[in-house]
Amino acid sequence: MKLDQLYQEIILDHYRAPHHRGLREPFQAQVHHVNPVCGDEVTLRVRLADASDAGSVVRDVSYDSLGCSISQAATSVMTDLVIGRTLPEAFAVLDEFTEMVTSRGTIEGDEEALGDGVAFAGVAKYPARVKCALLGWMAFKDAASSAVGGTEVVGSNDEGAQR
Amino acid sequence: MTNSQHQRTGDRAGVVDAVEFARLREDFPILDRTIRDGKPLVYLDSGATSQRPVCVLDAEQEFVTGHYGAVSRSSHQLAEEATDFYEGARSKIAGFVGAGRPEQIAFTKNATEALNLVAYAFSNSAGYGAPADPSSPFALGPGDEVVVTEMEHHANLVPWQELCRRTGATLRWIPLGDDYRLDLSTLDEIVTRSTKVLAFTHQSNVLGTVNPVDLLVAAARRVGALVVLDACQSVPHQGVDLAALDVDFAAFSGHKMLGPTGIGVLYGRYELLAQMPPFLTGGSMIEQVFMDHTTYAAPPQRFEAGTPVVTQAVALGAAVDYLTDVGMPAIARHEAELTGLALQELGRLPGVRLIGPADLTDRGGAVSFDVEGVHAHDVGQILDDAGVEVRVGHHCAWPLHRRYGLAATVRASFALYNTADEVGALVDAVKDSQRFFLGAGTTAAGGRAS
Repeated sequence: MKLDQLYQEIILDHYRAPHHRGLREPFQAQVHHVNPVCGDEVTLRVRLADASDAGSVVRDVSYDSLGCSISQAATSVMTDLVIGRTLPEAFAVLDEFTEMVTSRGTIEGDEEALGDGVAFAGVAKYPARVKCALLGWMAFKDAASSAVGGTEVVGSNDEGAQR
Repeated sequence: MTNSQHQRTGDRAGVVDAVEFARLREDFPILDRTIRDGKPLVYLDSGATSQRPVCVLDAEQEFVTGHYGAVSRSSHQLAEEATDFYEGARSKIAGFVGAGRPEQIAFTKNATEALNLVAYAFSNSAGYGAPADPSSPFALGPGDEVVVTEMEHHANLVPWQELCRRTGATLRWIPLGDDYRLDLSTLDEIVTRSTKVLAFTHQSNVLGTVNPVDLLVAAARRVGALVVLDACQSVPHQGVDLAALDVDFAAFSGHKMLGPTGIGVLYGRYELLAQMPPFLTGGSMIEQVFMDHTTYAAPPQRFEAGTPVVTQAVALGAAVDYLTDVGMPAIARHEAELTGLALQELGRLPGVRLIGPADLTDRGGAVSFDVEGVHAHDVGQILDDAGVEVRVGHHCAWPLHRRYGLAATVRASFALYNTADEVGALVDAVKDSQRFFLGAGTTAAGGRAS
C-alpha cells in the first residue's frame, strides 16, 4: 500500500478546494456530528425540495467542518453526489460508499455510481481512517432523515431544527 | 523471594550511556519489525502503551507453566506458590513507588479503574441520599467541592464529574496558563475549606508538564482535602516516591511501564484505605458474609473483589525488576536527552508549534505539536508511512486541547528503548508531511472550512 493510493490527487483537490461548503439557508434539518477519537466535527444542513415527500430531491447540503484531509474531502465529494438526487438515490450511493470504505480493500467501488468517491477506496486499507471518510456521510444520513417531515428554517440563530 | 526473576537484579547495574541503552533494544523483539513497506519501526507512542521486554513474558510463562493456582484460597501447594508470586509482586511494586508497606497497593484492571475506585468510595460513603457520616474522610455532599485541573486525562476528570453528579458536590478546576503549566495564581480561591478532594496529574500526558506536587499537596493540607495523584505518566519514567510526595492516593497502569495490559495499581495511605468503603464487591474481599449483610476484609483485599489479576501482577513485578535493574535515574536522564533533542529539532521547524513547555524544566517526555495547515491525522499518516508510530488526536484530554484552540495534536513520547536516531526520523517525517500537504507552492485548506 503506497501513501499516494490513500491520498489520491482527487482527494487532495477536494481538501484544498471543498465543494458546497459554508452553512446556507433555508434548511429543514441541521445536525452536529463528532468523531470522538480525534475530535473532528461537522455541522451539516439539508434542504429538501419537498420535505413532506420521503422521495424528495435533495436541493442543498451545506456544512461547516473541522477535520483531516480525508474527512474534509469525503464531505465535499458527498455533497457532489447527493445534491440534485432524490433521497432514495442519495441513500443508495451512501450505502455503496459505506460498503466500499468498510470493505478492507475487497471492494473497489463503481465509478459510475460513486464518481470522485472511488478515490476513497484506498481508505478501506487504513481502518483507523474509515470513520474520517464517513463523518460527513453519516451527518448527511442523519440530517436527511430528520429533514423529512421537518419545517423550513430561516434565520441563522434558529436552533429549532438542531439535534 | 520465591520469584526467581528477582535473581536478575543487579545484572545491569550501572547502565547509563546511550550505547548501552541502544543495546537494551535487544530485549524488545518488536523493535526489530518493520512497518508498512519495510520501514524500520520507530516506536514513539510509549505514552499510550509501552513495549514489553522478553523477561516480562518469561516471568509470566514461568509462573503459568510452573506455579499457577488459585491465590489466597486453597491450602494446596500450587495455591501457596501462586500466592507467594502474587504477593511477592505486590511487595516489589510497593517498593518501586516508595509505599511503606505492600498493603498500600491494590491491583485493579487499569489506572482508570483505580481512580474510579476512589471516586466511588466517596459516593459510597455519601450514602446515596442517607445522611453521610460526617466523621468519614470520604463524606461528600452538596456544598462540598472536588477540584481537578484543566490538563487532566479524561480518566482523572470524568470519574470526578460523575462523583459530583451522584453526590451533589461541585466540581472546580485549576486552569491552564499560556505557558502550558497550571495557573496557580488563584489557587487559594479554588482550593478552599469546601474542597474535599484535590485530584491532579503528576505529569501531563499531552504537554509533558510535571506539576508542582509539593505546592498542590500543601494547598490541600491547609484545607484538609484529600490528594489523588494520577501517576500514569510519571512512574514509568522517573523514580517516584509516593510516600515522600505525601499524596493520599495515586494511580498508575502496568502497560505504560513495560508491563502487561489488564493491570492498574492503586496506592493509598494505609489509614485511609482502612476507612475506605469498597467499590466492587463479591468474593475474596469479605471478612464475614451473612444472608443480610457482610463485613469486609482489610486492605488491600477489600479492593480486589473476585479472582485478582494474578498473572498480570507477576508480569508487572518482572517489569519493575527490569526498570530497577536499568535504574530509574538513568532512564530519566536518557529520556530527558531525547526529549531535549526533540524539542530543539521540532521547535526550529517553521510551521511547527510545540504544545508544551519548550525546555526541560519540570518536563517529561511527551512532546506534542501542531503542524500549521496539516491536520494531526494527516501528519500521523505520513509519519506512519515512514515507520514512525505516534499518537494523533486529543489524547483523552479534550478540554486541554480546547483551551489551546486545538482539535487535535501529534504526540511523540519516549521510553528507555528510544534513540537519538529515532528523534531524527521523527523530525524528517514531519518535514515530509509538510512537503506532502503544503509543498510545491500549494496552500492547503487546513483548519475550519468556513
